[in-house]
Amino acid sequence: MLRHALSRLISLGLSLAVASLVIFLVIEVIPGDPAAYMLGMNASPDTVAALRRELGLEGSLAERYLGWVAGMLTGDFGTSYTYRVPVAQLVADRLEVSLPLALYALALSTAIALPVGILAAARRGRATDYGIIGATQLGIAVPNFWFAMLLVLVFAVQLRWFNAGGFPGWEAGLGAGLKALTLPAVALALPQASILARVLRSALIETLGQDYIRTARARGLTEGQALRRHALRNALIPVLTILGLQFSFLLAGAIIIENVFFLPGLGRLIFQGITQRDLIVVESVTMLLVAAVILVTFLVDLAYAWADPRLRRRA
Amino acid sequence: MRVPVQLVAGGALAGVFLALALVSLVWTPHDVAALSIADKLRPASAAHPLGTDHFGRDILSMIMVGARTSLAVALLAVGIGMAAGVPLGLIAAANRGGLIDELVMRANDLVFAFPSLVIAILITAVFGPSAVNAILAIGIFNIPVFARVTRGGALSLWTLDYILAARVAGKGAARISIEHILPNLLNLLIVQGTIQFSLGILAEAALSYVGLGAQPPTPSWGRMLAEAQTLIYTDPALAIIPGLAIVLTVLGLNLMGDGLRDLLDPRLRRIRA
Repeated sequence: MLRHALSRLISLGLSLAVASLVIFLVIEVIPGDPAAYMLGMNASPDTVAALRRELGLEGSLAERYLGWVAGMLTGDFGTSYTYRVPVAQLVADRLEVSLPLALYALALSTAIALPVGILAAARRGRATDYGIIGATQLGIAVPNFWFAMLLVLVFAVQLRWFNAGGFPGWEAGLGAGLKALTLPAVALALPQASILARVLRSALIETLGQDYIRTARARGLTEGQALRRHALRNALIPVLTILGLQFSFLLAGAIIIENVFFLPGLGRLIFQGITQRDLIVVESVTMLLVAAVILVTFLVDLAYAWADPRLRRRA
Repeated sequence: MRVPVQLVAGGALAGVFLALALVSLVWTPHDVAALSIADKLRPASAAHPLGTDHFGRDILSMIMVGARTSLAVALLAVGIGMAAGVPLGLIAAANRGGLIDELVMRANDLVFAFPSLVIAILITAVFGPSAVNAILAIGIFNIPVFARVTRGGALSLWTLDYILAARVAGKGAARISIEHILPNLLNLLIVQGTIQFSLGILAEAALSYVGLGAQPPTPSWGRMLAEAQTLIYTDPALAIIPGLAIVLTVLGLNLMGDGLRDLLDPRLRRIRA
């Protein structure tokens, strides 16, 4: 277990290093002069030169890269050019929206997918199962931002149960904050729940075909008991993978949903950073998101090895 | 052999939009570039079966040309994914356990770790928004998918007796990969291609929704939705029609993918049915 963890840790470090290099190259090297890119075509050479100094663009590529990485490691993510505040503070503010939204959506998607997936597997080959397969097939095909627009149309415009967008801030109270995040969370959760339910269903059906389930049935357990006591636990492994992937997707993939609902989250921050050509924000936030994904994958991987000793030997 | 019902239904659905896209190459009911403010926001009529938008453009014509944009972007992105991913997967499988295999797979993991939409937005932002950059951005993320599927399928083939026979006959790894492994992976690749095709349509819609896909005046479903958003209170149909086009196309392709898998890999029927 320790050896496995150690080898995963090394590969974690390598992934982070390569990822940071790629992001640095894409953002600071490919556009040519980042200062000129940020200021646009009409900037005077003096302003460009001033910004170059401010951004520390005078150093060599290697110096700049190492400076950026060292800063990130010590919590200094640079200063936003448009907002004139430290990126770390911007990120902290935006996380107050993005993190609860991702968790809310994840909780919703799990709460929907678990019973639905189990029901479909228990009734496999029957009408309920076909109904669920059809519904999840539709859930996967719906773009979440379009689903979000439909939700706004029904629940904000027609029924007036929710606001069409915006976020009052947590100062307005937990209830008000959660209410503002409900439609976005539902929009994010439904396609995810469809995927999760399908994975759970296939995993359960495969597990139910195993010999040990037959043994359990032969010992007199009903199908429901066998499913609950034996099949479910084994079927949860693929579900865990998908959940790990979904969390990072929800954190990063909320960009578009945050734009539909005008939520001041991380996704909107990165998108605004791109349209305002605020490369410092874009660079640091992208790196943070990628690091979060790599870290979650690492943790899921460790959780597996802990849950299933067979997987340790493969690494 | 019984043709799965999903394949027929999915093929029919996707076929309708493919046909619309092809017809739009030679004919659309109205010119999609022609603005006619006098005809703006008309409800459905004989002249405009799906009505007109806020610039008086015919919605049906825009859906037809939008289908072309969507399908072309997603198809080319699948092409990029296959062209780079399949050889990588074959090479990795031929060198299984070796340094090259390790490198290819770790690089794959790395690309998977990048939130694809963020990077796609980044690429289109740095290089400028255009259909070509959207294709590249989506295509890059297809590469590891095809590399992984190819490697996985190839690994199991490498253990089979007829491959051993080919090796005994003196064929090299490259020749075996091309002559014996690749043809046997085609089914797998067709199924995965269909899935990536439908994901590509969703990705293109998302990119053009945020203004980073095909640029005006080329109509695209995603941008039609973005433009409809501000009019959603007064003209919800404008927001509903392009969305339905996306859902039906993606649904059709997904059903096709499922049907093809059932048809080409009977072992899975037990699990899926």
